[in-house]
This record gives sequence, structure tokens and C-alpha cells, in this order.
Amino acid sequence: MRTSKLLLTVAHRLAILAYIVVALFPLFWLLKVSVTPNDLLYSEGVRMWPSRATFEHYEFVIAHSAFPTFFKNSLIVAGSTAIAVTILASLAGYALSRFNFRAKYWIVALMLITQMFPLVMLVAPIFKMLSPLGLTNSLTGLVIVYTAFNVPFATFLMQSFFDGIPKDLEEAAMIDGATQFVAFRQIILPLTLPGIAATLGFVFTAAWSELLFALMLISGNDAATFPVGLLTFVSKFSVDFGQMMAAGILALIPACLFFLLIQRYLVQGLTAGAVKG
Amino acid sequence: MTIAAHPQAVRPLKKRIADASEPYLYSAPALILIITVMLVPLALGISYAFRDIQLLNPLSGGFIGLDHFRALSEDQAFFRALRNTLWWTGASVFLQFLFGLILALLLDKPFAGRGIAQALVFLPWAVPSFLAGLNWAWLFNPVIGPLPHWMYALGIMDAPNNILSDPHLAMWGPIVANVWWGIPFFAITLLAALQAIPRDLYEAASIDGAGPVQRFLSITLPFLAPTIAITILLRTVWISNFADLIVVMTNGGPADRTQIVASYIFTQAFKRLDFGYASAIALVLLVLLLAYSMLIVLLRQTLLNKG
Amino acid sequence: MASIDIHGIRKSFGTFPVLHGVDLTIRDGEFIVLVGPSGCGKSTLLRMIAGLEDVTAGEIRIDGKRVNDLAPKDRDIAMVFQSYALYPHMSVADNMSYSLRLRRSTKEKIASAVGNAASKLGLDPLLERRPRALSGGQRQRVAMGRAIVRQPKAFLFDEPLSNLDARLREQMRAEIKKLHGDLRATSIYVTHDQIEAMTLADRIVAMHAGVVQQVGTPLDLYDRPANLFVAGFIGSPGMNFFEGRYVASGEGAELQLANGATLPLGKRLGIESGSVATLGIRPEHVVIADGGALEAKVDLIEPTGFGIIMHVTIHDIPMKIFTLDRAMLNPGPNVRVDLPRDKLHLFGTEGTRVD
Ligand SMILES: Nc1ncnc2c1ncn2[C@@H]1O[C@H](COP(=O)(O)OP(=O)(O)OP(=O)(O)O)[C@@H](O)[C@H]1O
Ligand SMILES: [Mg+2]
Repeated sequence: MRTSKLLLTVAHRLAILAYIVVALFPLFWLLKVSVTPNDLLYSEGVRMWPSRATFEHYEFVIAHSAFPTFFKNSLIVAGSTAIAVTILASLAGYALSRFNFRAKYWIVALMLITQMFPLVMLVAPIFKMLSPLGLTNSLTGLVIVYTAFNVPFATFLMQSFFDGIPKDLEEAAMIDGATQFVAFRQIILPLTLPGIAATLGFVFTAAWSELLFALMLISGNDAATFPVGLLTFVSKFSVDFGQMMAAGILALIPACLFFLLIQRYLVQGLTAGAVKG
Repeated sequence: MTIAAHPQAVRPLKKRIADASEPYLYSAPALILIITVMLVPLALGISYAFRDIQLLNPLSGGFIGLDHFRALSEDQAFFRALRNTLWWTGASVFLQFLFGLILALLLDKPFAGRGIAQALVFLPWAVPSFLAGLNWAWLFNPVIGPLPHWMYALGIMDAPNNILSDPHLAMWGPIVANVWWGIPFFAITLLAALQAIPRDLYEAASIDGAGPVQRFLSITLPFLAPTIAITILLRTVWISNFADLIVVMTNGGPADRTQIVASYIFTQAFKRLDFGYASAIALVLLVLLLAYSMLIVLLRQTLLNKG
Repeated sequence: MASIDIHGIRKSFGTFPVLHGVDLTIRDGEFIVLVGPSGCGKSTLLRMIAGLEDVTAGEIRIDGKRVNDLAPKDRDIAMVFQSYALYPHMSVADNMSYSLRLRRSTKEKIASAVGNAASKLGLDPLLERRPRALSGGQRQRVAMGRAIVRQPKAFLFDEPLSNLDARLREQMRAEIKKLHGDLRATSIYVTHDQIEAMTLADRIVAMHAGVVQQVGTPLDLYDRPANLFVAGFIGSPGMNFFEGRYVASGEGAELQLANGATLPLGKRLGIESGSVATLGIRPEHVVIADGGALEAKVDLIEPTGFGIIMHVTIHDIPMKIFTLDRAMLNPGPNVRVDLPRDKLHLFGTEGTRVD
């Protein structure tokens, strides 16, 4: 009995360890190649760590490539999208959480439908709509598109956070002399700060990762986001592996930071949306 | 005074309107954006399916009826893409679910270091999908990645080649990347459902003499079943549309062996700039997905009625 | 301070009716307690007065002014919630001063109002704390403090003490009474607790299924309940009832029970002989005496420390007796009892009082 229990525990820990290794190995390899000097890259083959590490790829990427521009563009796009979505989703989520109104059912249905149909369907029409407005090849265009795509999910997320705050609080504030909007701003929003942080994190990560619409809507280097830039770089200079992976590691950093921020809310967030990748 | 005699329904019109419009004011910005950036393009896209829209051809734009669909019915590449979509979606969802469920079960009970282990195994979820694709493409690249050499050493492959350029194996590349990237999603969702199962049920079952396997079959599975069903349904739809990894890793190649419908639509729109044809394919995909969802809902209904 | 007039108030949630025409006039400075079983619409009525629920029909006036269409903030009333509803991200002082800050009162005025309220409620040492760091009783006090700082026209309380333990509840009850003595503010107080209702109220409003059953002083309701519902609801343990047929005979009258036995009523009532009637007597009014007219079979003895609740059967009808006589801890299998005639309550066919 004791030994079988011990065996079970050991097997459990080993299984967890296996998952961790599989989860981290690709990222580790990225890191490894990014610090391997070019002359060792081919000669040392599948060694786990190069005999000599270097930061020259990072220096090159930061100082002599367009990646800082891509990075900046992505930050602007993902940051603006996150802020815009969070504001819109807070308002809409509050309406869904606190009011009973006739169109509520339809609004929820509409938002669910937008989560169901393939966004790739919209690539062509959106391009057609944005180009006469001068919003192709522009960060503003991307922000508008990303904001619309992320609002439904974020609305459900914010709604679930608002649902967790007792209605009594607003009612107390309204009796204390606040209008509903003042109660929302001064009482409810401050209490939803963790939820707002989570929403910001989810949306930032999603916008930071988006590829297809960025490829379609952006053509020049000036407005390229990180995914577009990296992919262009890959197809042009597909031998500079060290530099590409250094760039990849850089692209990973903001996403990982936001992951840490929202880690605690993963369970709640995914059950609220249940559809988002 | 008549008001005192009939006090009902004399709320001033202004207040009634103000009260009734409040929720709409809160949701209007989001709604307007969703309608203009998602619904209008959706309608436009449907109309494109019946028009000749080529970005580089200024003379295009005319109504051509069902021509695109006729072309589609003879397009071998499209049918290959359909088959590939089935294969890609089925394998990805099944493996993500299987490994996700195991992971959720492993993480369900508290143990020392669970928090950090959880953060580490969920990390792939945070990796941007394009980077996940590139990352795995590099791992499969014999010049730079270890996988071909390991598989060769294990005797799985005859030579350390890139499976992404082997027409028979190429689809496994994006599938592996997708499974790696999607396990956390299933694990997180299932873990949430697992932790919502009341613990005293297990205790009661143990007292009644149920072993671990019986407990899993008679408590855990029935409780998880609704979550599993809805997650798999939604995930299937989502993954069948998820073209990022394929666009990044193989771009549909070699010889269209990894082209799925979603990436085919993107290629038509992005490379050929043939928006009309792309929209026609998209419309077919939408109809197929709707049919799939209806089928699932009906199936569920009949099962529920039986049970 | 203000009077509150409620006239023909109805409320439906969708098509589901909750209040069926409530009329109530509350005088300036009066302390009104609403009692009634769960779900009878007490909170709904209170929330309509506060402006948190729309009025389906009828009229509410505060100080003679119709307020049906006023937002809560414009009604100048304060409310203490069962959950307290303290703002978790504000200190005690900020919680209490929020209403004054919304009204843009001057700093000095806010400081003195908060200071006054705090010293009245013994909150001085807690002013900088967050609600999270307070005990249940302290939170309750802050909720009270938040209500009194702005000297509103009326106070509304929705079961403010129900989350406290028995001892604390007793203490807060006394404090509320004292506070009301000081402030003389018009108050409406919802409670499930009989003792709170009896001790605090100037007048009690007993409600049932969205209809007001009786309005009166606590002793009115206790001594002369207007109908069977109020008779059964007020008092603990509840009143005993004997159902039977009213028969007038000669000068007096009696009640014929189902098993054929009769209970003498002493005087004649204004109802038809032969009609169905109910006789009620409170457990504490039943007299145990060796020479008693009725025999009661003892089923169960419940000592409460203060007194004894005896479950007995008279004429096949179960009833309760409350007595202070310790000898009754070990009664025989039977005791003899009297039902004093001046303590009897009689209700007619419709359940309304007839004597
Ligand atoms: N928002 C609502 N929507 C629909 N029905 C409601 C709503 N609020 C209350 N009700 C219903 O109205 C009735 C009266 O509710 P109310 O809260 O006033 O009862 P109460 O007397 O305060 O009960 P308790 O003593 O349990 O607090 C109940 O049947 C309740 O279900
Ligand atoms: Mg209530």
C-alpha cells in the first residue's frame, strides 16, 4: 500500500515534469540558437548549449534592423487596442450585467455569433472597406479592426467580473446621491480593477499575436507589426537563424509579461469566453 | 385632481425615455463597432461571392451569379483543402483534448509547487501563434533544429529530413505545433470544470466503496461531460478556421498537402487578390460550419430526449 | 425630517404581482416596523420608497411632495442594507462622507458631520480602516454612520441586524432605539425578528402576500390582532387555534369542535350561529390549575431556561403552553388547564377578528 502510493506520487511528478519539458523545450531552443555564434551554429549541431554564447544577434537586431520599428508598431497597436477594447467592453459588460432591457438577448446573440464565424471571411471585405478611407497600411486601421474583433469576448469577460460585484453597492451609492453613471465610475470601476487588468492582458496578447489581417492590411515596413516584420524577414533572409530567433525572443517578452499578469484570471477568463484561442 | 385618482402611468415621457435608453447608451459604442467592422463586412463578403471582384482588375465588380460556385465545384484544390481541413481539425482537437484532459487531471489535486508548475505548462498559450509556428518550423528544420536528428536516431525516419517538405508527413508539423500550443486551453477549461465538482461527492463515493477508476467513471466524467461537449464543439469550429500556423509553417505546401480551407481563402485573397472567389469559398465554409453546429445541437437534443 | 404617504401602491415584476395596493401614512419622526413572512414584499416596498424600484401604480409622497419619478439621489433618504453595502475601496471616514462629497459640502462641514456621527457610534478609532478590516458589528455601525451623517428626511432599514450574532443584535437594537430617541428621524425598518419589531416600533405594519394586514402599535397587534394571520405571526411561540362551529346558546355562546366537544366563550358575538369560527389563545395565557376545566395530555416538554414550553393535546388538538412554573418540568401524563375568557381571541369565517 505504502509503496504503491509512493510509486503513484513519483509517476505523477514525472508526468508533470514531462509536460513542463515539452512546454518549455521549443522556447528553450529559441533562446539557445539566439545566443549561438554563427560559426558554431552548424558545427555543433544538436548540442543543448553552445560552447560559447554571444549577444551579437540581439545587438544586430536592436541596432541594425527594422525590428525596433516593428516592436514599436506592435506595442502601439496592441496597447491602443487593449485600452479601446477595455473601455468599450466595460461599458457594454456593465449594461449586460446590470440592466434588464429588451434588446439584451439580441446583443448577447449578436456577440456570440461574431465569435462563431470564421474571421478569415472578413479579410477581403475589410480590405475593400478600409482602402478608400486610407486605413490600409495604417496602424489606426489595424487598431479599429482588432478592437472590433476583441470587443465581444472582452464584454463577456467584463460582464462576469461585474456580476461578481454586489448590486447593493451601486444602490447604496445612488441613495447617497450618485447617478447610475457616477456610481459606475466611482464605486464599481475601482472594484473591477483586477478584471480590467485581466481584460487588458487578454486583449493585448491577442492583438500582439494577430497575423492574417496584419499581413493583408499592411504592406510597407513602416507600419508593419512584429508578426508581419518577422515573417518578411524570414522569407527574405532565411539563413540568419540567430537573428531571427533573437527577434523571436524579443517578441515573446511582452506576451510573457502579460501572461504573468493574467495568469490568475485564466480560468475565469476562458470560462467567460470559452471560445477564444 | 385626476392625477391622484389615476396615479398610474403618468411618469413624464422624458424620464421614461432616459431610463429606457440608459443600457443602450452603455452598449452602443461596442455595438456600432461590431456592426460596422464585422457584420457589414460579413454581408459585403456574402455579396462578393456572387460578384467578380479582383483587386488588380479595375474592370471587375460585376454581378456574375453562381459562376464562382461552378468554378468551385470543379476546383480540385478546394476539395483537397476540405479533406485536409477534416484531417487537421480532427487530429488537432483529439490530441489537444486528450493531453489537455490528462494535464487537468494531473493538476487537479494540490501538491507542492503546483502554482509554478501550472504557470510553466500553460506558458505555450501565451506564445503568439505566429511565433509558435516559426518556432516549430525551426525545430523541424534539420539545419537548425534537433527533431529530425532525434527521429532519425530513434529510427522513426530514414534520414534526418524536414517533415515540412515531405508531402506525406507535412501536415504533422502544423498539427504538432497546434497541439503544443492548444493543450493549455483545454487543460485550463477542464481544470475549471474539475474544480467545480463538489469534493464531498468523492468522499461519499469512497465511503460507498468506489475505487479510483469507478470514481472517475461515475463522478468525474459525468460532471465534465457538458464542459467537454461544449469545448470540443467550439474548439472544432475555431481550429478549422485557424490558419496562422499553416500560413507560417508551410504556406499550404508542399504541393498543397497542408492547405486547409481557411488558408486557401487567405491565399486566394492575399496572393491572387481574387476577393470574389475567396468570398465564395468563405461562404461555403460558413454554410458547412453552420451545418456542423446544427448537427451537433440536434444530436445533443436527441441524446437528451433519450436520456 | 418628513412624513411619508403611500397611496394605493402596486408593484409587479413583469406580470408577476408582488404588492396589491398598499396604503400607509407615516408621521414625521415615527418609527415604523414592517414585518411579514419571507417573500411578502417588504423589501420591495422599502426599495420603492427609496426609488430603487419603479412604481407600477399608486403614489408615494415624501413631505407632501410626489416622488414617484424622482431618482434615489433626489429623494433625500438614507438606507441601511442587510449586507451593509460598504464601499470596500474606501476608508470608514470616506464611506461615511461619500454622500456629502457628492453634494459638494465644504471640508469643514464634512469633517464635523463625520466626527459627530463617529463619536455617536463609537467609530472614532476606526475612521482610517477599510471595511475589510472591521468586525460585523463595526461594519453595521459604519453603515448606520453613513446613513446619519447627512441628516436625511427618512431612514430605511432592510433587516440591518440579521447578519449579527444574537448578543450583538441585542446591543445594536438598543443603540438604534437610543439613536432614534436622539434624532427623532422618520424611520422604516424591515425585520424578521419579533423582539426588534416589538421593542423598536412606534407602529408595526404586518404584511402578508403583498397586502397590509394590520397597522398598529406593538401592543395593539399583540393584544388585538386583526385577523388570523397577524394572530399567528406575532408572538412566540405562536398562538394556539381551535377551529369549530360557533353556536349561540342562551346568554352565552360556545365553540363546537370537530370531535363534538365544546369550549364555552362567555359572551355572544355578532356572527351567525352555526358559522365556522376560530378561537385563539396565546401559550402564555393558558393557565395550569388543578381545578381546570379542560384536560390536556402532555406530549413534550421544552425548557428554555427562562420558562417552559409544554406541547400538549386538548380535544385531539395539539397546542402549546408557556409557563414559568418549574414544577412543570416533570408534570404527570396529564394536566388540567383553564382558558381565561378575557384572553380569548375569536375570528370569523373569513379569518377576521369578530369580538
Ligand atoms: N427583481 C425581481 N424580479 C422578480 N421578482 C422579484 C424581484 N425582486 C423580488 N421579487 C419577488 O417579489 C416578492 C417579494 O420580494 P421581497 O424581496 O420584497 O420579499 P421580502 O418580504 O423582503 O422577503 P424577505 O423577508 O425574504 O427579505 C418575492 O416573491 C420575490 O421573488
Ligand atoms: Mg427582504
